[in-house]
Amino acid sequence: MVHLITELSKYTMIILFALYTYQCFSSLKRSVDKEEQAEKYRSQVVYMYLFHLNAYAVLFASTLNTEIIKFYAMQVVFFAVVQICYAIFYKRVSKLVVNNMCMLLCIGFVMLTRLSYEHAVKQFQIAVIAMALTMLIPYFISKWEFLRNLTWVYALAGITMLGVVAVLGAVSHGAKLSFSVAGISVQPSEFIKIIFVFFVASMFYESTEFMQVVKATVVAGLHVIILVLSKDLGAGLIFFIAYMVMLYVATRKLYYFAGGLLCGAAASVVAYFLFNHVRVRVVAWQDPLAVFEREGNQVSNSLFAIGTGGWFGMGLNQGMPNKIPEVKQDFIFSAISEELGGIFAICLILVCVSCFLMFLNIAMQIKDVFYKLVALGLGTLYGFQVLLSVGGDIKFIPSTGVTLPLVSYGGSSLLSTLIIFAVIQGLYLLRERTEQEKEAQRIKETSKKSSGKNDKKRRKRKGGGLSHEENIHGTKVKNLD
Amino acid sequence: MKKTFTERKSKTSTKRARNREFVIITYLFVAVFIMMMGYFVYFQVFKSEDFINSPYNTRQNTFAEHVTRGQILSSDEKVLAQTVVGEDGRETRYYPYGAMFAHAVGYDSNGKSGIESFGNFNLLRSHAFFLEQVINGIQDKKNPGDNVVTTLDYRLQEAAYQALGDNRGAVIAMEPSTGKILTMVSKPDFDPNTIADNWESIISNTDSENSVLVNRVTQGLYPPGSTFKILTTLEYLRENANYEDYHYDCTGSIAMDNTEIHCYDNAVHGAENLQKSFAKSCNTSYANIGLGLNKTRFAGLCKELLFDTDLPVSYPSNKSSFVLDSKSNADEVTQMAIGQGETLVTPMHMALITSAIANNGTLMRPSIIDHTENYRGVTVKKFNFLPYGTLLSESEAKKMQEFMSLVVSEGTGSKLSGQSYHAAGKTGSAEFSNIKGESHAWFTGYASTEEKGSIVVTVIVENGGAGSTVAVPIARQVFDTYFAL
Repeated sequence: MVHLITELSKYTMIILFALYTYQCFSSLKRSVDKEEQAEKYRSQVVYMYLFHLNAYAVLFASTLNTEIIKFYAMQVVFFAVVQICYAIFYKRVSKLVVNNMCMLLCIGFVMLTRLSYEHAVKQFQIAVIAMALTMLIPYFISKWEFLRNLTWVYALAGITMLGVVAVLGAVSHGAKLSFSVAGISVQPSEFIKIIFVFFVASMFYESTEFMQVVKATVVAGLHVIILVLSKDLGAGLIFFIAYMVMLYVATRKLYYFAGGLLCGAAASVVAYFLFNHVRVRVVAWQDPLAVFEREGNQVSNSLFAIGTGGWFGMGLNQGMPNKIPEVKQDFIFSAISEELGGIFAICLILVCVSCFLMFLNIAMQIKDVFYKLVALGLGTLYGFQVLLSVGGDIKFIPSTGVTLPLVSYGGSSLLSTLIIFAVIQGLYLLRERTEQEKEAQRIKETSKKSSGKNDKKRRKRKGGGLSHEENIHGTKVKNLD
Repeated sequence: MKKTFTERKSKTSTKRARNREFVIITYLFVAVFIMMMGYFVYFQVFKSEDFINSPYNTRQNTFAEHVTRGQILSSDEKVLAQTVVGEDGRETRYYPYGAMFAHAVGYDSNGKSGIESFGNFNLLRSHAFFLEQVINGIQDKKNPGDNVVTTLDYRLQEAAYQALGDNRGAVIAMEPSTGKILTMVSKPDFDPNTIADNWESIISNTDSENSVLVNRVTQGLYPPGSTFKILTTLEYLRENANYEDYHYDCTGSIAMDNTEIHCYDNAVHGAENLQKSFAKSCNTSYANIGLGLNKTRFAGLCKELLFDTDLPVSYPSNKSSFVLDSKSNADEVTQMAIGQGETLVTPMHMALITSAIANNGTLMRPSIIDHTENYRGVTVKKFNFLPYGTLLSESEAKKMQEFMSLVVSEGTGSKLSGQSYHAAGKTGSAEFSNIKGESHAWFTGYASTEEKGSIVVTVIVENGGAGSTVAVPIARQVFDTYFAL
């Protein structure tokens, strides 16, 4: 009977998630009006809860662990609170991004509960705290104008923190990517990547002249080199790609992009011959079964899982995902593919693509160059990390050992991804203000520094006669002052 | 800054221009995502089988919790392996023909081998009717697994098994036009029904030469003896367009630097051409031929004909090997030419070379699973017969067929002449120790009739003596049975 429930649930869960995924894209059609869109997003929430219920019913039926019911109830409350908070406090954020965030977390909780109940509980605790913290971020993003002026603070903070980890790692002879603070293991590169994006965005916001590009490149190069030296190849690659994309978009010079990628390719070849830990990954990628006993073990096991699972999966608790080393972190996609099926796995990729598109969408809609670049950088971080994680798991590319954002186990990864999502939501809030409002704020800012000078400047720039709108904001400015 | 219609329009176009790079990056990423999903689909459709069936993949065994292992059947519908469920629900694997199919079918306790191993995934899947599976699920009953229907022919296997008798050795029969393996016998053997009880004594014999677990068809490495003259002849044909003019006067022996080569059984063949040298298997003539060959090209031919290569079989196999390069001396070259010295081959390899010749140069991939079916006999998956590649040209194959026919009509394979079928082949008596007169008996060849097509048979009898008197009669039993069916 349990087997039957598991078997049937395989199909119902795929159907629910496929419907959810379909709404991610159908809601983007131009012909869909606001009303319809809201309806679609509501239906997504329903599909998510049904999937969540279905998955936990199977997990309970196959283990008969009553703890799971309590755990499930807590998660339902958590998701409800998140949805309600966004609905009340942030009416103007992207509902799709909120839904996707919850859906990905939900899939992560289901899979982690199946893989290791204790880890799932720990992940849930971290998620609750991280969500509470990051809930404030959209508000601050929309208020704090000074974020664009902290250029060298970002650079200094990033390099110092990476440097400390690298030195600690060198002392302990091995790839040490994290340090413990009060019993909690922190992986700094997860947070530095966000700071790094803010650094690059503020650099190119100031100017895109040649000397500025040189300065930015030197700092970016330092980041990447430290990461490669501390053997965190995946992170090094993510920083590199994020920088190249931001450089290209900011300068609009294709040869920077092409040249940078060529240099990156050359550096990869050099790294292949210099570093054993790079060669190991490539060898495992080329023919994992031939080196099964050593390098190929992880990738082979991942492919056994994906292959044996097939299109419909083995059903929750019916496979052997724990055979894959690091399955909770780097290889969770394979575990999902094994037990929930290949169709489910493809839908999961599509939901990640949907997130990426929403990130780039806000980058294009917003007009402030600084935030355009921030959204672009964060979108690239997210999209590229998904590519590295999933691509490595399915042997599309050599495995680099990065987590699948929001799904994989890991506090640092979870918190940093929630920060990214929250920043993006902050930008959606910002977009809702009219361009004139922002203009007014800029005036306010400069007038704080020197109001007389500002007035002159304004008059000069506008060339005399103020428009109707400016008059309105002129009064606003006065009121605020 | 009054917003007129035209201004607004120009604004949207500047917005578009401003976002051009963003759009490019978006498309770039989406393209890579689509490629990745494409690869995922490609993996599931084309590549996953390799990983699912890998012996390292232990996942299959969890299927056994919900599926009763299916049967393994011969092509003539005899049950070669089945799971018997006792009243207490205990499952035992039963092999009705005991040791006869031991190596081909394999065993399923204390590990797995043979079809039980590489057909494991198929045996543990159930394609019973969907509703039936639902009902079984409600009643908490196991679903019946799929059956694997092999290409093995029961009567042929029985004939080969009995013909080999108490000898150690191997017999393999294949259909050259499809690659179907019809017979696979290896001795000494074991009874898979009692393997769990006798496991300790079976594995205590770790010596690979004596272990009953070794499948001599694919894993046994033997000096090929005169069967190797097929390759020497082929190389001579390639290097000498005027091979018809070959002439040699056999005096029974030929002296090299450190060795002297004698013809088998101290025969003296007298004046002979290439055909007669091959048919009579004249060692001195072949030593003479070997001395004239281009060593580099000869080594190249051996590699083309699957030496130093993993054979395309599902069973664990060993690579055949030889030692020859441009620096090899006359002793080494002449030993190689007559299939002695360092040269080692597996019976499977000889059967594949013979298959390619019988099939006009094209080698078909050997296969032993014909199809799988659900427990009611509805076909689930048909395994296609695929070509492996062209090992020799059609004209070369035709010439070799002619030479091998002469072996039967005028030479060492005369015990196969005058039958209802047309037979061709090559015998061998391969010396394997320094004791004079001790040799493995070889035969590799094929037979055909108009209506039944052809069948390749390769026989080796360890320490059996002369191929012509020991191995040929065993092959004949298999041929007789095949064409009498």
